[in-house]
Amino acid sequence: MSSFSVTEPSNRSKWIAGFLVIAYALITMIPLVWILLTGFKSPADAISYPPKMVFDPTLEGYVNLFTTRTRQTQEFLEANPPQNWADEIVRQYDMVIVGPSKFGERFMNSVIIGFGSTFLSIFLGTLAAYAFSRFKVPLKDDLLFFILSTRMMPPVAVAIPIFLMFRNLGLSDTHLGMILLYTGVNISLAVWLLKGFIDEIPREYEEAALIDGYTRFQAFYKVVLPQAATGIASTAIFCLIFAWNEYAFAVLLTSANAQTAPPFIPTIIGIGGLDWPAVAAGATIFLIPVMIFTILMRKHLLRGITFGAVRK
Amino acid sequence: MSDRTVDRVAQATPVRVARKIRGLSDRAIAWIFISPTIFLLLAINIFPLIWTIKLSFTNYKANRIAREVKDVGFRNYERILTDSDTWLNMQATAHFLFWTIFFQVLIGFTLAWLINKKFKGNDLWTTIIVLPMMLSPAVVGNFWKFLYQPQIGLFNYIVSWFSGKDPSSFEMLGSVTLAPWAIVIVDTWMWTPFVMLICLAGLRSIPDYIYEAAEIDRASKLRQFFTITIPMVLPFLMLAVLFRGIENFKMFDLVVQLTGGGPGSVTELTSINLKREAFEKWRTGYASAYAIILFVTVFGLASIYVKALNKVKQR
Repeated sequence: MSSFSVTEPSNRSKWIAGFLVIAYALITMIPLVWILLTGFKSPADAISYPPKMVFDPTLEGYVNLFTTRTRQTQEFLEANPPQNWADEIVRQYDMVIVGPSKFGERFMNSVIIGFGSTFLSIFLGTLAAYAFSRFKVPLKDDLLFFILSTRMMPPVAVAIPIFLMFRNLGLSDTHLGMILLYTGVNISLAVWLLKGFIDEIPREYEEAALIDGYTRFQAFYKVVLPQAATGIASTAIFCLIFAWNEYAFAVLLTSANAQTAPPFIPTIIGIGGLDWPAVAAGATIFLIPVMIFTILMRKHLLRGITFGAVRK
Repeated sequence: MSDRTVDRVAQATPVRVARKIRGLSDRAIAWIFISPTIFLLLAINIFPLIWTIKLSFTNYKANRIAREVKDVGFRNYERILTDSDTWLNMQATAHFLFWTIFFQVLIGFTLAWLINKKFKGNDLWTTIIVLPMMLSPAVVGNFWKFLYQPQIGLFNYIVSWFSGKDPSSFEMLGSVTLAPWAIVIVDTWMWTPFVMLICLAGLRSIPDYIYEAAEIDRASKLRQFFTITIPMVLPFLMLAVLFRGIENFKMFDLVVQLTGGGPGSVTELTSINLKREAFEKWRTGYASAYAIILFVTVFGLASIYVKALNKVKQR
């Protein structure tokens, strides 16, 4: 860029802008850093006043997150020496580990439902988006608007009939039910985003393939799909993040069997409300994958959050 | 008509066989590709909607299956619209909507404008700022409850450090005057990056030559800002506002975790009220009518949104 450009901001204004933006970024990170730190505190350190910035890190929160424990008598504790480092940690409260907690199970539910619904949304969404992008479909704009408008419903409003419907079909509190439900919610995003990505692939490629004797199907999966791979991958990540974060349907429609992590993590708090390190540990494990995906996706972020309306 | 072998073979082939050879017609493929999606949306969205409309005219209670279901006409709707609590919830929602959008637009636009100065490393810091928006509102909201604790919470500690007030002298989530602001703060923290990203796209879409022309015409920087920057970014900003408007009208997870609608019902947004009616009091018929009223409101917002979206796209 030429140094004579009138539109290039001066060095001084760049400095000020940089300072203010970095200040905002640091402030906005405080709650997230606090989650991370609290996960490594002991319960006493977590609720000390003033809040502790420096402390002895411990894995207590993580041990409490993954295990269930009971208090035991001194005789029992003396007769049974600790087996490993996790045992050592809980011994300081005269407790023993009696088994795994539900967190692992809930986390796996999130994984199964997240990936299941993402796969289904992408599969159906790619087909529909291709058709909308390439063929003359009667009432195309109305259908596309209809697909988008389904996203406008407040989840709690839809939850009432879904609850009744799932009860009648035996889908209440099942993985399959939640996968279908999240697919129903995600598909609007998938169709809109993927249509944008497929629109950008020149038609000439397919036309060349058709002239070479490919059928439409062959042209679709041998020519269009490889070209759309990046778009499909980023759409998949957006669907996955949505399903991963979803709370309203999960808390209203699942309980013992198919409950995902977001409704579960707040219930870790337990009796007396002292176990914030375990909550923070659960939150850390749950949030880090999304952060990694966000950083990987940063180029397509804007497109994903605006349903493809703004492309940059 | 040409007389090549290929053409003669093509004409001699019956239509049915020809179709088999070339694969399905485009029209057939289009419908095969689209119908599963439409079917799923009908099953998960439209069928439930019709069911809700039906239920909204009854006194059905989902936890008492054996009870006789009576048709009550428009009584549910009448009771909702004449209930003063409904209007309190609407007011709480309006307060939440107005102030979250106000702060998010103000901070979001300012940040975008600053980032657009293209200082060194702006990409990295933009990515960091964006993080809160992608996280689970329920999990993060639950943790903010900890930050808001009167004695031990970090938020109260920082505020008291700056203001000199005792950190246990105010309860962000427990006080009737502060709780509505507590949820505004968390939502603003979470969603300002959304407005920022859209504004940034708007700012970057303005070609340099417009500013260069203004410079030649000796327009002041301030004048350029108000006659070029603001009007060019406005459509993007509107889009951001409508997105946030619809999303926050549906707001449930974050606020349920933070306050659960309390204290009293000062933060009881419409979605939270609906959840209470439907899944705690089990007044399914009444809640269905409430859901329909909300849906009509959101749909109104949605149609405005699509019009604005088309406007932005035309540019």
